[in-house]
Amino acid sequence: MSFVWTLAEQRDGRLKDVSFELLARGRDLADKLDTKLASLLIGDGVDDQQLESLVHHGADEVYAVQDPRLADFVCETYSNVLAHLIETYHPSVILAAATSMGRTVMPHVATRVHTGLTADCTDLDIEPGTTNLLQTRPAIGGNIMATIKTPDHRPQMATVRPKSSRPLPADPSRVGKVIEVPFLEPLLDERVRVLGYRTDAEDFVNLEEAEVVVAGGRGLKKAEHVELLRRLADRLGGMVGGSRDAIDRGWLGYSHQIGLSGKTISPRLIITAGISGSIQFLAGIKTAETIVSINTDADASLHKVADFGVVGDLFEVLPELERRLAQRGEEDGA
Amino acid sequence: MDIIVAIKQVPETSNVRMDPKTGTMIRAGVGTVVNPLDLYAIETALRLREAHGGTVTALSMGPRPAEKALRAAIAMGCDEAVFVSDRAFAGADTWATSYTLAQAVKKIGRFDLIVCGERATDGDTGQVGPGIAAWLDLPLATYVSKVEIRGADDAAAVRVERMVEEGYQVLELPLPALLTVVKEIAAPRLPTLRGKKRSKVTEIPLYDASTMDLDPAFLGLKGSPTKVVKVSTPKVMRSGTVVTVRDESEVSDVVDQLMAFLDERDLLPRGGRA
Repeated sequence: MSFVWTLAEQRDGRLKDVSFELLARGRDLADKLDTKLASLLIGDGVDDQQLESLVHHGADEVYAVQDPRLADFVCETYSNVLAHLIETYHPSVILAAATSMGRTVMPHVATRVHTGLTADCTDLDIEPGTTNLLQTRPAIGGNIMATIKTPDHRPQMATVRPKSSRPLPADPSRVGKVIEVPFLEPLLDERVRVLGYRTDAEDFVNLEEAEVVVAGGRGLKKAEHVELLRRLADRLGGMVGGSRDAIDRGWLGYSHQIGLSGKTISPRLIITAGISGSIQFLAGIKTAETIVSINTDADASLHKVADFGVVGDLFEVLPELERRLAQRGEEDGA
Repeated sequence: MDIIVAIKQVPETSNVRMDPKTGTMIRAGVGTVVNPLDLYAIETALRLREAHGGTVTALSMGPRPAEKALRAAIAMGCDEAVFVSDRAFAGADTWATSYTLAQAVKKIGRFDLIVCGERATDGDTGQVGPGIAAWLDLPLATYVSKVEIRGADDAAAVRVERMVEEGYQVLELPLPALLTVVKEIAAPRLPTLRGKKRSKVTEIPLYDASTMDLDPAFLGLKGSPTKVVKVSTPKVMRSGTVVTVRDESEVSDVVDQLMAFLDERDLLPRGGRA
């Protein structure tokens, strides 16, 4: 059975969006390989209805390994479970999201089962006439695109960034099998203990999951002006990001940083204000769907990569844009 | 507290060329630096040593000139360094690299903690740290933003906060363990004059294929499960529109155009009850 697998993710018994995004990628590959697509869940408390929804979004089979001791991600135990399933079922391809979990457990498992792993693929395809997965990813700060394959080892493992693909529309008529896989006691590794979570951290964002990002840089001039970004982001249902300049000056916390030493993001829309666009920053936004740049400098490199550039003062343009959106919100809401 | 910090020398980000035949980087003639994200790993190790005593050993694998990265680490305050280099290691992917580094760690022998950067800015995978942990069966915490040593001797453990999607996960790991750390953990120090002097005279042992216990089938390009098929330069230019606000009176008109553009791409939220 040379299945394609995607690794679903959950938190507190709720499936995360990436679980469905991965199925869209996996469906395409499974069809090309003429094989089945399975979604694999390691966790706890995800109900049948949610497991069934994985089928509606493209899975032919769902393997769910659920146990209270799997509620939190702990690399060693998850790696044991995944390695055991690989040795039992021999999938051909495994896709995971490039999240704090996927980026940790995938290299751990790939090392153990002696196979290749390619991080942050932007394009996945099957090499004609073979079962080889062609994995294309940006490297060296997005300066090059490399296509990589794993010809002699299976499974072929890859991660893709959250938000870089859209889930398929739900099709409630799709039929698939949901298989509860028992959690085997010897796979539990109790060395690492989860003591809890701290979510009270001020100013924390999960930028990689944002559909819309409003980002600022040195052109903001001072910390108070981050408020301009925040107000616009609120109007657009988005999050606030920053260039390294903005973070190093202490205007925003590290979780907001975009670029080579921060996050690489793929939102539907990013609006940059007062960012000139260093190579390092551009590396972080190359896979964004639409880029809007606002900068007084007509020669700013961001204007050259933007879909829509405004050569103008962010202190004039942002408030006007926000005012217009507010106005429209009132009209629509009336 | 004996700590090993694994670091990498990387090209300065701009101006990188690839060998179209092998698909690997042409390193000749390119300026190099210690991977910027590894500086946080070095800083973390130095702070732990300052608080708890012990030694910090910098470990790196790369072509001969990459030894420079280890000298930079000593200049920052690392006590010792180990350089892993051999033609047989060239072209290694993250699987083969983590194998070779794990064997080097075994050769170093005693340690309580391995600290790595989040990822290297050239390969940008973040896979080698977790890979080393898997080879050595060490408890692993990635994306660590805060670290604290608890207890002592056999009961010594490390309590960490790791950055996850929802905030911070708090973990406790027994030692020895492996951590990969993020920028938030601590601002890296600059090299001192004394450190720079020491870095010039410190002898750095070379671990090559002949002095290590290695499976030759696991090394370099040949031992790498992944193969680069093709390398291309992406077109970064988009065929965008650029409009200019020449004076204040034009702001409104330009924002009109921007709104129309965003509408056309269906990027604006639908209002209230619509």
